[in-house]
Amino acid sequence: MTQAQQPAVEMRGVTKFFGAFQALKSIDLTVEQGERIVVCGPSGSGKSTLIRTLNQLEEIQDGKITVDGIELTAGGENVAKVRRDVGMVFQQFNLFPHLTVLQNCTLAPLKTGRADKATAEATARKYLERVKIPEQADKFPAQLSGGQQQRVAIARALCMEPRIMLFDEPTSALDPEMVKEVLDTMIDLAREGMTMLCVTHEMDFARAVADRVIFMEQGAIIEEGPPAEFFGNPKSERLRNFLGQIS
Amino acid sequence: MIRQFGPSDILFIIEAVRWTLLLSAIAFIGGAIGGLFVALARSSGSKALRRISAGFIRIFQGTPLLMQLFLFYFGLTVLNLPINPLLAAAIALTFHASAYLGEIWRGSIEAVPSGQTEAATALSLSYRDRMQHVVLPQAARIAVAPTVGFLVQLIKGTSLTSIIGFTELTRAGQIVNNATFDPFVVFGLVAAIYFIICWPLSLYARRLEGRMRLAFTR
Ligand SMILES: Nc1ncnc2c1ncn2[C@@H]1O[C@H](COP(=O)(O)OP(=O)(O)O)[C@@H](O)[C@H]1O
Ligand SMILES: [Mg+2]
Repeated sequence: MTQAQQPAVEMRGVTKFFGAFQALKSIDLTVEQGERIVVCGPSGSGKSTLIRTLNQLEEIQDGKITVDGIELTAGGENVAKVRRDVGMVFQQFNLFPHLTVLQNCTLAPLKTGRADKATAEATARKYLERVKIPEQADKFPAQLSGGQQQRVAIARALCMEPRIMLFDEPTSALDPEMVKEVLDTMIDLAREGMTMLCVTHEMDFARAVADRVIFMEQGAIIEEGPPAEFFGNPKSERLRNFLGQIS
Repeated sequence: MIRQFGPSDILFIIEAVRWTLLLSAIAFIGGAIGGLFVALARSSGSKALRRISAGFIRIFQGTPLLMQLFLFYFGLTVLNLPINPLLAAAIALTFHASAYLGEIWRGSIEAVPSGQTEAATALSLSYRDRMQHVVLPQAARIAVAPTVGFLVQLIKGTSLTSIIGFTELTRAGQIVNNATFDPFVVFGLVAAIYFIICWPLSLYARRLEGRMRLAFTR
């Protein structure tokens, strides 16, 4: 069986509690290879929690998660395997401030034994080129604009050559004039066939690249569908309300 | 029997400085190693480790250093070991420094935003690599100023070991004073020597603090 034939992500009955509070209520979700998913929903609905379970930044209490055929919830070695396969981009960039842009990009490939120094640096420069900031390689994150920092964060994740990319509101912390450069980078990535799960309220982005849009509320998936249907003909009252609020 | 305070007394006192410095160095290095483990245990994911290290800190911060010195000093004799003030002092001060540095460094580790650990985890870095290459370098910057500040406290704290008979700077002063009975001159000199050692360190700590503030507002 080749990896291309199995789903990129399979979640079955995924349940997450923070103490007594249930953040995810028995989520079922299958993401095919190369599929682009946009997740939206009101604040506190569990969008971040959902994608953070996929690389076990959040541990779940019940259910099963399989990523590229590797059962994450079996634990042990599988967690590290899945994390090598899944890149993540955060709202707050989370670049390492004491390292240069290049060092940010080479740290994980070097320390996980993916590449030697020369290869890691060549890969880093390739992806910095891809996100259109090759000239910033030797600067520190604090010397870059927000949009540039987020593009470095994308390049840093790509340097591990992941098969799946997770984005958690990647443009929410950006000044409006920098949103486009980050979205364009993400659109390029989508065009190249990367499997993507993006939490975002950028509905133009969803229309342009999503294969499927998912609406979450109170820890559950309420509605999902291709963008045309999702935006053009929302079935649930709650989604209609939500779309009315954000547009 | 009382003799005049003279050059040989000054020399005796100055020579005792090395014991103060040696003891400070042992306690600081030992405390740095112990403190790193305490800090990592305090901020670890294991509840048991967090509890044990919290108890350790509580005991050594909640009792007088002098009592710790007494207990280790007499503890050695209970274990049938020969009485050895340097050994007792070194052990007691190492534990003392481990607790304080552990607490200072725990605070520094926790001051590093959790997003840093999350990003490193998402990149599949191991606990060791996350700590070594992401969290600790950032925590270290936050920690230098309070660490140097604690070193000053530690150097002054070594004076208590005079009570268990370890002949460092303070005890040397007491010995000279017993022979010359010139306490203002003798202890004035002793205090001045502590000041000469500690003042530059305090200044350095304050400068580091200023630089830290600059680094964060950049
Ligand atoms: N570490 C945590 N501890 C306790 N509650 C949390 C934690 N993280 C998230 N939550 C709660 O879980 C719910 C879902 O959070 P989140 O997934 O961040 O929502 P969203 O990303 O959709 O805004 C929220 O009610 C939030 O308060
Ligand atoms: Mg969120």
